[in-house]
Amino acid sequence: MKVVQRYKLRLERKRFLIRAWRKARDLLLVADRTDQIRPNDVLCFVTLRNERIRLPYFLRYYRDRGVSHFIFVDNDSTDGTREYLAGQGDCSVWTTPASYKRSRFGMDWLNALLREYGHGHWCVVVDPDEFLVYPFCDTRPIPALTDWLESSSIKSFGAMLLDMYPKGPITTQPYSEGQNPFDIACWFDSGNYMIKRNWDFGNLWIQGGPRARLFFPDNPERAPALNKIPLVKWDKNYAFASSTHMLLPRGLNLVFDEWGGEKASGVLMHAKFLDTFTTKAREELQRKQHYANSHEYKAYAAGLQEDPNLWCKWSERFINWRQLEILGLMSKGNWA
Amino acid sequence: MSVGFVMLCHTALHRAAQVARHWAERDCPVVIHVDKRVSNEAYSGLKSDLSDLPNVKFCGRHKCEWGTWSLVAASQTASEMMLAEFPNVRHVFLSSGSCLPLRPVEELKAYLAARPRTDFIESVTTEDVEWTVDGLHAERFQLRFPFSWKRHRRLFDGYVELQRKVGFKRTMPDDLVPHLGSQWWCLTRQTLSAILQDPSRKAYDRFFKLVWIPDESYYQTLVRKYSTHIESRSLTLSKFDFQGKPHVFYDDHLHLLRRSDCFVARKIWHKADRLYETFLTDQDRGTVMAEPAPGKIDRVFSKALERRTRGRAGMYMHSRFPNPDWENGKTSAPYSVFQGFNDLFENFEPWLARRLGTRVHGNLFDPVRVRFSGDADVYAGCLSSAAAIRDYDPEHFLTSLIWNTRGERQVFQFSPRDEQRIGAFLASDGNAQISVVTGAWAVPLFNSNQDFHTIRKTAALLQKQEIDFVSILRRVQTRAEVKIWSLAEFVEEPMENLQSILDAIGGPSSGARITEAPRMVDLSGFGQFLQNLKNQGMNPHVTGDFPVNQPGMQPRSGGSRPYLVR
Repeated sequence: MKVVQRYKLRLERKRFLIRAWRKARDLLLVADRTDQIRPNDVLCFVTLRNERIRLPYFLRYYRDRGVSHFIFVDNDSTDGTREYLAGQGDCSVWTTPASYKRSRFGMDWLNALLREYGHGHWCVVVDPDEFLVYPFCDTRPIPALTDWLESSSIKSFGAMLLDMYPKGPITTQPYSEGQNPFDIACWFDSGNYMIKRNWDFGNLWIQGGPRARLFFPDNPERAPALNKIPLVKWDKNYAFASSTHMLLPRGLNLVFDEWGGEKASGVLMHAKFLDTFTTKAREELQRKQHYANSHEYKAYAAGLQEDPNLWCKWSERFINWRQLEILGLMSKGNWA
Repeated sequence: MSVGFVMLCHTALHRAAQVARHWAERDCPVVIHVDKRVSNEAYSGLKSDLSDLPNVKFCGRHKCEWGTWSLVAASQTASEMMLAEFPNVRHVFLSSGSCLPLRPVEELKAYLAARPRTDFIESVTTEDVEWTVDGLHAERFQLRFPFSWKRHRRLFDGYVELQRKVGFKRTMPDDLVPHLGSQWWCLTRQTLSAILQDPSRKAYDRFFKLVWIPDESYYQTLVRKYSTHIESRSLTLSKFDFQGKPHVFYDDHLHLLRRSDCFVARKIWHKADRLYETFLTDQDRGTVMAEPAPGKIDRVFSKALERRTRGRAGMYMHSRFPNPDWENGKTSAPYSVFQGFNDLFENFEPWLARRLGTRVHGNLFDPVRVRFSGDADVYAGCLSSAAAIRDYDPEHFLTSLIWNTRGERQVFQFSPRDEQRIGAFLASDGNAQISVVTGAWAVPLFNSNQDFHTIRKTAALLQKQEIDFVSILRRVQTRAEVKIWSLAEFVEEPMENLQSILDAIGGPSSGARITEAPRMVDLSGFGQFLQNLKNQGMNPHVTGDFPVNQPGMQPRSGGSRPYLVR
């Protein structure tokens, strides 16, 4: 890679960090329990808006897997999200009425908080509808994984976003608080993913799944990206460049093996397509706060009104991580 | 008293204390070496934890760093203490703070008592070793390694390179023969004391101080000088991955570990509560004198290594995206491509499906939509039949299809009318079996009801596409199994040619003769059609030579019945 390019990326990273610092001034503290964070804790960082109903299960899922502390940015929720989180003993909460879009979809806020509290910790950065599945997640907690990554000198862990959906119209089975969303949305597309390499940032760019299949059959290039790097041993000089799809410095994006082998990787199970989705999509269309002028949501609104069924006869029913491994959606790598 | 344990500890001291207590309470003396980099509070905490045990001692501390002499120094200091303080110890067992005994101590004692003169230490000559990191085998002993590999990698590498260039070579003192092996050993008092009390130990130590990873070679080399009976294996189950770092055991390895019959395992994750709880509780299992059998664990880890270094062929994903030609197989299974056959034969796909007993796709790369078998809108793995999605990334479309249908051979049609980008990929894939009848594209044109001007233009385009594809197939780099006939050649012996393709596909029906024949399209007048094209200035030469009056093409059984091949 040319020196000029490298320097450009460096400047870009600095720009993200400055931006993060600037946007951090929008954040208002609600509950600060960060003094509880101990040196080897795994932390979880989330931006959210009106996700109250999902939170009990979300928190339980990550607590059970060994996350010690949660850091939330609440984007002006009106459904009690903020109050609920402030009442949790292991959550620190900030809130802001500022624009989600103008904080690069929450990444500026998170970059700022990561820099402040994430330094030296393994950090899980996810949305409230994303659930990390990694090799042996049924028997080993996340700290087992991060200890192993650390001893292997690996700093970031990739996971593909896997869209889960129910069988039949998504409004048929309403989601109730505390419920495992994958009791309802337990189906997924197992093998229709398209992968390209992004040479600028060194990451892979993956598209496909039910969203490409149903909402973008004529312009698949606009289908949402599914490559994610949700688990990183954070350093205060790192910055997420675009959602959690890619990071700077670019070496962190090399979560794949180029020479034929498989690195260890996981899957981010995406519980987006529940009955809560239709209202969310409508709201987002009005707020126009989402990526690429909410193009994605426009496509959904069009697609969902006609036929809200994402299921097809080739859909695969989720069993466990071993199934995902056999299907080639994740890998144990050399973790045994 | 027959066996004493030397423990080298640097992290998770509470676990080390647990294991030391387990051994000490079962009448095995323990000498603990704690890394000097461990804080004094932690060290004194450990000491007071174990202060009620008279047979646990702490030796002088060294600052330990992986790959350096300090680890040997630590084991020397601790071993000396063990030999001096516990005169009844017959075997000294070197272990670490993350080791865990898998079998009751009594079994180990009995095992060692039955082999009182045996030294258990893996000791292999440098030529026979293939597990070293960085490919340094013999050079570990021939060069000097004063720089830390972990902290000063550049200096380390630079100095190695410099010595190689200069041709510097050290010689072994006293004609010792260099041996390597696992650093976890169990030596008899006789052998160990001979090594530690050797009159030339100073010279040896001086030499090994600059050897790379001396804890894997110091005892392993010197033991050859004194031991009367070496069992070249370690009693400690310890597996290494391709980076040379030890595999870690977790709770879910419980059954694997239990069945291994190894005495001690390393390394155990410090939060594997269930393992510690299970193996540090006395198990009542009668007297078992089984030999350690780590075979099953070996297989688990060698699979992991294989997965990490070679991966699954034909699978592309978030953590496996090989550079071109590093795929170890571009697709996961063999498949067949037919070009021209469904132009030449009526209902070729259903016939072939019946014949092969498998599903046969139409033209997967049709510009309008993907022609999956049964004209499905979605296929295995939820692949969409939308042409735009396929054309966005045709290579992954195909590799996904082959991967999604593992265990079922994929067969599809291809044609110059299709999207051609996939051609180069097909040619470069060793799993592809490609059969082409060139010029068959002219048959549908011949039977079409279009203006001759349009036909002429289409024919020129299709011929160009086909020539491009065929020339790709004929390159030396082509890995696919390719068979090409011109249309004229093929129709001379159509059944024999089809038979040869099907035989190459293999499977349950291979060898069987074709009984039901596909119907070939009526070709009477085709020669004249080609001549008309030529007369219009377009030479369809890929079809081969069809005589204008084509005597060979007259139906054998007379009448206007289409040609039926038997």
